[in-house]
Amino acid sequence: MTWLSRNIDLVLELTLEHLWLSLLPIVAGLIIAIPLGQLAWRQQWLRGPMLSLVGLLYTIPSLALFVLLPPILGIGYLSRANLIVALTIYAVALMTRFASDAFASVDSHVRQAAVAMGYDGWRRFWAVDLPLAGPVLLAGLRVVAVSTVSLVTVGVLVGIRSLGFLFTDGLQRNIPVEILTGIVMTVVTALALDALLVLLGRWLMPWSRDGRGRVAARRRRSPRAAVAR
Amino acid sequence: MNLFADAFAWLASPEQHTGGDAIAVRLGEHLLYSAIAVLISAAIAVPIGYVIGHTGRGKQVAVAFSGAARALPSLGLLTLLTLFVGIGQAPMAATIVFVVLGVPSVLAGTYAGVEAVDERVVDAARAMGMTEWQILWRVEAPIGLPLLIGGLRSATLQIVSTAVLAAYVGLGGLGTYILRGINLNDYVQMLGGAIVIVALALVLDAAFSLTAWLAESTTRHRPGNAAKPAVVSHTHPQEGTS
Amino acid sequence: MTLPPQRRRALDRGSVRMSGAVTAATSLVLLAACGGSSDPLDTGAGEEPADASTVVVGSQAYYSNEIIAEIYAQALEVDGFEVERQFQIGQRDSYLAAMESGEVDLIPEYSGNLLQFYDAETEARSPDDVAAALPEALPEGLTVLNRAEAQDADSYNVTAAFSQENGITSLADLASYDGEITVGGNIELESRPYGPDGLAEFYGVEVEFVAIGDSGGPLTKDAIRGGDITMGDIYTADPDLASGDFVTLEDPESMILAQNVVPLADAEIAEDIAGVLDPISAVLTTEDLIAMNARSVSEQLDSATIASEWLAENGLN
Repeated sequence: MTWLSRNIDLVLELTLEHLWLSLLPIVAGLIIAIPLGQLAWRQQWLRGPMLSLVGLLYTIPSLALFVLLPPILGIGYLSRANLIVALTIYAVALMTRFASDAFASVDSHVRQAAVAMGYDGWRRFWAVDLPLAGPVLLAGLRVVAVSTVSLVTVGVLVGIRSLGFLFTDGLQRNIPVEILTGIVMTVVTALALDALLVLLGRWLMPWSRDGRGRVAARRRRSPRAAVAR
Repeated sequence: MNLFADAFAWLASPEQHTGGDAIAVRLGEHLLYSAIAVLISAAIAVPIGYVIGHTGRGKQVAVAFSGAARALPSLGLLTLLTLFVGIGQAPMAATIVFVVLGVPSVLAGTYAGVEAVDERVVDAARAMGMTEWQILWRVEAPIGLPLLIGGLRSATLQIVSTAVLAAYVGLGGLGTYILRGINLNDYVQMLGGAIVIVALALVLDAAFSLTAWLAESTTRHRPGNAAKPAVVSHTHPQEGTS
Repeated sequence: MTLPPQRRRALDRGSVRMSGAVTAATSLVLLAACGGSSDPLDTGAGEEPADASTVVVGSQAYYSNEIIAEIYAQALEVDGFEVERQFQIGQRDSYLAAMESGEVDLIPEYSGNLLQFYDAETEARSPDDVAAALPEALPEGLTVLNRAEAQDADSYNVTAAFSQENGITSLADLASYDGEITVGGNIELESRPYGPDGLAEFYGVEVEFVAIGDSGGPLTKDAIRGGDITMGDIYTADPDLASGDFVTLEDPESMILAQNVVPLADAEIAEDIAGVLDPISAVLTTEDLIAMNARSVSEQLDSATIASEWLAENGLN
């Protein structure tokens, strides 16, 4: 515990840095994935190839991607842009599947009703499709947020400072508490972000209690649940 | 794309196919660690998943556990565990880390598979006098198999991807090329390693797709195979990267 | 569709908020992508510092090197320089690429390994010879300032027991050893002139290599103690080498070069910062390095504290 008491500033600094590195890919991933998901949902023939492609991107190990990107994009090897672009790619890869499911989950009757009420495409997207796809989008975003925060740590192997620094430094200096602190703070950051997203979801989607509505509805329909009880 | 040409030349050069650092050797190490970890993950997660799926209890705990496990940074876990057990036991430390990463996907796939079975089918089985055990074994398990395989697929891809980090604690595997490439600023070597890993992931992915397709086509004639698409896709995103 | 009015209002309110949230998020991303200087994400070393007087100080991914980098950084700050720290940039190949591209302006280096990186065939071995050969070997735009007496070199270490049982105190003794020899070290050691190839060339010893990524840290030492490897690469300023557990094998053929600590700098700023760094190099000794490393490992202090106390002790603050 000596280490922790003497390095509390470092831990806070790294946590903040970690958070910044995580936020942009999460947000960018969502924004890029929404139109892609819409496209995959509208053009059914595109859905298969597109989802295979993003699935493929996701299998590239992060370590490889961090070093692959700089020569392709012409960005600095050590720049945070490198890490942010790599993590955005993963976020998009994860989020596109969720987004396409999210738009597919919108009840087509509701959509038809909106058309009948004279909503044009743009207005229908904002007033009907996006809000109703919200719960599934949120579920996806929560997965993206947590895995992004965890992935940021690998950046330390290419010299990008984050809580991951505590792993390599703690290992060299033989200070287990340092590594443990890194792990705990990464999990705490991830869960804090996750909780924040749930709260944000409640505020943005007052009609749906953080996506639990669907599960509850399914359970109500299920006679088996009653039998099992 | 000169770099890619160089990487393929690197892959083809005879140096990469002899000695202890040969691609086949590294691939073998990588596959061995991954296979052991996937098997242990399945041995732990499938029974628990069946219990959760069948009784409908403990799902919240499983979801919370999966979320927390996804937040765990694998590099940190690997360094900490290796430091505790010593380098001689590093294979054990790495296996534990991979299993921790693999369990949530298999668990989710297993219980989602059981849950996806139409309640009417289960009720019918119960009315026919099947015991709970028989319902699980003869109705829920076969119908849920495609989703279970989906979970295994996610776990496998995640583990294969994370096993790249094993080289950091001296365990070899395909990550050796990437980590050495990074430290030597040798893009070609790194890219060559990455290509092998991506190819491995693709082959495994295809193998699982085929298995899932076979499993699905054997269960398709059964009544009420109601695998809900939304549930299927929610088990996918746990595959992946580290 | 018919919705109760209450639910419908909720839907309306939510969709307005949601549009707002998406717009705000999009602007955030665009802002960050276009990069105002006020953006916290845009301080990456990928770009030239806006202020030409800012010195970007780098360090290796090695805690001891970070302490020296921190000493440089603090001394520069005392002298009025704007300093940006870009510490823990992986191994030599990565950070030298960053030095050459101008992403980093200054980094503490070790003379012999630096020389050998650019001139693998070099014959220079002693501190003076290495220092003399360096300026020639460095690429355009990079230069070294005065070296310190302090050294931190790679060294091969076996357990005291192994040394005694087999009468091995020098790398030259290994040639007569019958057993299999495995060497553990950072993954890039395998490709270094003083790695397995060097051992074969200089001492006629064939070794198996095991990559352990902790820069001669606890895993490497553990592996030596536990017999997982015959010998391991540990840096000579490592405080644990004084523990008596290990015997550092002598290197009579001078396979490993002298490794004096030396500031490697962007040639354009070298003259400006020499006045600050030369006094540091003049007093920094190997004993200082070992003592500071020990504080880092056992007292678990951060590099900034260790650096500022060393500067204070030497009247350089």
